[in-house]
Amino acid sequence: MVVRKKANDWNKPIENFSRLLDSLVFTNGRNAKLRLIGRYLEETPDPARGYALAALTGDLRLPGVKPAAVRALAGGQIEPELFAMSYDYVGDLAETVALIWPDGEYFQPKLTDVVESLLNAKKAAATPTLKYWLDQLDYNGRWALLKLVTGGLRVGVSARLAKMALADAFDASVSDIEEIWYSVSPPYYDLFDWLEGRGKKPDPAVGAGFRPVMLANPLEEALLSELDPKNYLAEWKWDGIRVQAASRNGQRKLFTRTGEDIGNSFPEIVQHLDFDAVIDGELLIRTPKPNESMAVESFSALQKRLGRKTPGPKLIAELPACIRAYDLLFEGDEDLRSLPFIERRKRLEAWARKAPDIIDLSPLVPFSNWRELIEIRSSARAAGIEGLMIKDKFTSYVPGRPKNQWFKWKREPLTVDLVVMYAQRGHGRRSSYYSDFTLGAWKDANTLVPVCKAYSGYTDQELVKLDKWVRENTDKRYGPVRSVTPGLVLEIAFDAAQTSTRHKSGVALRFPRIKRIRWDKPVNEAEALAAVIKYINAS
Amino acid sequence: MSAQHFDWLKLRPEGLYCDPAGVFIDPARPVDRAIITHGHADHARPGHNNVLATQETLSIMKVRYPSDGAHYQSARYGQEFRIGDVSLWFAPAGHVLGSAQIVIEYRGYRAVISGDYKRQPDPTAAPFEPVRCDLFVTEATFALPVFRHPKPESQIDRLLRSISAFPEQPHLLGVYGLGKCQRILSLLRSAGFDEPIYLHGALVELTNLYTAFGNNFGNVQSVQTANKTALSVGLVLAPPSATTDRWSRRFNNPRIAVASGWMQVRARARQRGAEVPLIISDHADWNDLLKTCAETQASKVWITHGREDALAFALSKQGQEATPLRLSGREEESE
Ligand SMILES: [Zn+2]
Repeated sequence: MVVRKKANDWNKPIENFSRLLDSLVFTNGRNAKLRLIGRYLEETPDPARGYALAALTGDLRLPGVKPAAVRALAGGQIEPELFAMSYDYVGDLAETVALIWPDGEYFQPKLTDVVESLLNAKKAAATPTLKYWLDQLDYNGRWALLKLVTGGLRVGVSARLAKMALADAFDASVSDIEEIWYSVSPPYYDLFDWLEGRGKKPDPAVGAGFRPVMLANPLEEALLSELDPKNYLAEWKWDGIRVQAASRNGQRKLFTRTGEDIGNSFPEIVQHLDFDAVIDGELLIRTPKPNESMAVESFSALQKRLGRKTPGPKLIAELPACIRAYDLLFEGDEDLRSLPFIERRKRLEAWARKAPDIIDLSPLVPFSNWRELIEIRSSARAAGIEGLMIKDKFTSYVPGRPKNQWFKWKREPLTVDLVVMYAQRGHGRRSSYYSDFTLGAWKDANTLVPVCKAYSGYTDQELVKLDKWVRENTDKRYGPVRSVTPGLVLEIAFDAAQTSTRHKSGVALRFPRIKRIRWDKPVNEAEALAAVIKYINAS
Repeated sequence: MSAQHFDWLKLRPEGLYCDPAGVFIDPARPVDRAIITHGHADHARPGHNNVLATQETLSIMKVRYPSDGAHYQSARYGQEFRIGDVSLWFAPAGHVLGSAQIVIEYRGYRAVISGDYKRQPDPTAAPFEPVRCDLFVTEATFALPVFRHPKPESQIDRLLRSISAFPEQPHLLGVYGLGKCQRILSLLRSAGFDEPIYLHGALVELTNLYTAFGNNFGNVQSVQTANKTALSVGLVLAPPSATTDRWSRRFNNPRIAVASGWMQVRARARQRGAEVPLIISDHADWNDLLKTCAETQASKVWITHGREDALAFALSKQGQEATPLRLSGREEESE
């Protein structure tokens, strides 16, 4: 007899963790990811969900197993020739090994047992323990475990997204979760106790915890007429990354604005956090010239450091980092966040006088009316500055992006006319549209070379027309990508040009977006590569 | 056994040719006399003068090529045909409705040309029957140890979980129109899913044909005539290319599922735009290829198309001498 069920009654038993990861890999939409993670966290008991959450946020520190050791394990299961052909075809080590590993009489071990046995394993026992579990798990389980121990799940979920899913699932605010994140640890019994109303909120004051940051809204210039300039202070907008340097009770942390600890990448900073305070500021690379102690390099210099998990002394000497401070959240035990900005600023200025050399003060930009500030902004590009920040003098430090309190006001973008060379289908809602464009400049009269990709800036109606154009002007198809006959020019707005070794053209544009579709413009009037390259020094 | 025992089976530009009988098997170009293993377009082509195939395969060909002028002759599984000194018959291949292996005997030697086949159970296709032979001709579409097809029920389960987690979104499932579509309908119904299932227009006629051959898929409707509200959150089956092309724009924020053996490899599944990849294949996986070759006890195996290197390597380990034929014109992407 057939069991009759409605579609909505397909509430299967609790999703297991590897199935969750598998679903996440294939899900494009952010909301869909939030829902999948949220459902899992709601339905799964402690401590499994805590370990799962830690795996997603990157806080689960299992003993690492080197790829060579994983290969060696695979060598015990299958002829090397067949392994080589398989790996060549699949292209991913963890996936290949998970796929070729024989299915045993598996009993579907629990995530908790797997994780705890590995957490407790001595370094030498990590590989045999891994093999033991590979023999017990099903395919998805093997894949998830191999991903975990070989470093990085890479399922398209950031730590921030995982925390948002947690917040959504339990009706909490994500800034509350970020605030206590560094005072809780896997499997997060106390965190879930609090979220489910059984316990009190974990105390963020323990340790050098992350404090959720206050963010700025882009300034609509028209709004200026409604704002009284006397209520605002202006600063330069720096071209680095937002950081929070927390040094409390002997603990030192360097957080990104989403609470990720990047201290290991910047030991020369952490080494000098010999104070008791929490600073909000910009991480920058300083120009190593003796006389200009705090002149800074462009963002691309910082990028070279951000890519390195453990930089060597040579790289640190070449590209030393510093912090340009613009707010003081804690001084000793005193929480300054409820003070008005102008008061915090005074405390910061006083504090900065005795700060270590690696921290300096982001200066105020004096102005008396908006017209004056508009003029200052228009000179920002020539001065090599990204723009301005405008902050309400009288507001306290509020996590999130509160309206009309802090504004970022970027310098005017540069623009360039480029030719559409390739178009690719988008994802999710845009999967039937050619919505992602590779754009080129003329290297010589007949040769285009790609200089950027752009996939935003157009309206829905414009996308329909672009898609139609691509289909009608297709030259060749490569899976989801089509090359097109040169025939369409797009005006691209971008913030800056950088030298690039990854692009054949030698240049890459930062923050490119489509400003206008130049249906009218002949392709031979698009920009020459040499002209695009000149922008590298212009910014 | 040496190669000349099978010099009567030749590889010609048109395809595999049985010389003493004067017939081609699944020829890629129009010929005078063709034997067709099954109805997939890369095996059954129009334009031959005479075609011998199962009744089901001939019916599929009539749907696909209504103006084909060929003379069709039908064969039952097991029914013997004699052409001169050649004796031949059809054995079920388990691949799709009417799919067959062609068994050919000549001068005391037996060759089996298996076409495409699978060993997983499938209520919409007669199950594969291993036939002992001296020469076995096999495909190798999924001939790598990484291809081990899970139970199809587990994959249907995955689809139903997605429908449960995203009930306000329509699900578009990409399926090959002949075989895969109807097998999935049958699997969904055995899993207890009793909502209406909607079909892209291109899938309707072949599904009706399956019904005429005795399959019952419950409430199945064409997208053209379906109730718009129900459709907007329903399960829709469509050819794989349609799920990510312009046709899909009539649906609001659909979840894209794809049912294919290729979904086993994540990069491939991502490339096909699948959010819900279902590893369901009508071809034999790695273990079933090796098992089937062993069961035929053939001393020689010819490999038509696919990943022949890996299969030849593994067959040599189990004492079977394998030769890749590298037949062209087989569309494995459509699987
Ligand atoms: Zn086929």
